Amino acid sequence: MQVKNKFSMKLMSCSANEGFARACVSAFAAQLDPTIDEISDIKTAVSEAVTNCIVHAYRDAIGIIYITAELLESNSIRIKIKDKGCGIENIEKAMEPLYTSLGGERAGLGFAVMQSFMDNVKVTSQKGKGTTVTMIKNIGCRFRVNVRG
Amino acid sequence: MSVEINVTGEVVTAYLKGELDHHTAKGMRETIDSAVDLNMPSLLILDFKGITFMDSSGIGLVMGRYRNLLKSGAELHIMGASPQIHKMMKLAGIEKLAKLEGR
Repeated sequence: MQVKNKFSMKLMSCSANEGFARACVSAFAAQLDPTIDEISDIKTAVSEAVTNCIVHAYRDAIGIIYITAELLESNSIRIKIKDKGCGIENIEKAMEPLYTSLGGERAGLGFAVMQSFMDNVKVTSQKGKGTTVTMIKNIGCRFRVNVRG
Repeated sequence: MSVEINVTGEVVTAYLKGELDHHTAKGMRETIDSAVDLNMPSLLILDFKGITFMDSSGIGLVMGRYRNLLKSGAELHIMGASPQIHKMMKLAGIEKLAKLEGR
């Protein structure tokens, strides 16, 4: 898939950066002329992935979160959020709605929200090495369908 | 991020404002819990009208308050949820725990 535009950033896994990360990615996605709902979906999914890096991957320390966003020819955005933290032992279990390894105030919905708000979500992880979440959101599908239809 | 608390009789209403994520949830939670501990309400209303963004940390906040209220048998109502917040609440099955009203 042809990449039209791309940006990358690195940030420390401080919780204060959650809002900053989602604001950056959604501002970049604005080039695709998304609806308010589409922007809101992207912001929410990015917030979930970045929060996972902070509360799970780097739970005992501060690490670096790597974010890359690419605008594709297909009027989609591909967002990659990567950490070099503890990794996920069982991805299938981690992606089950309402499952959380932390309990307490975490709902265990991070991956369920990403899957429900984005068009494609892929998770790769290696224990002790880190996790990469790749998400794709297609922008303006309804409009294109209407034009054709 | 802020929470305004209003107490009328046995009802505590918490008006949540700003962005609700993992970073801001802690402060909101503490304000709500201390108002509940102090007033022992029979109904807690969480008003989301002033929330401009929410991720699943907001669901954690609702579920945590529901669990706390179970001890006293008090009810929980959610008001003023935007369509986006409503979508997430339904994904989490919150309507089984609390009365849910949109904007």
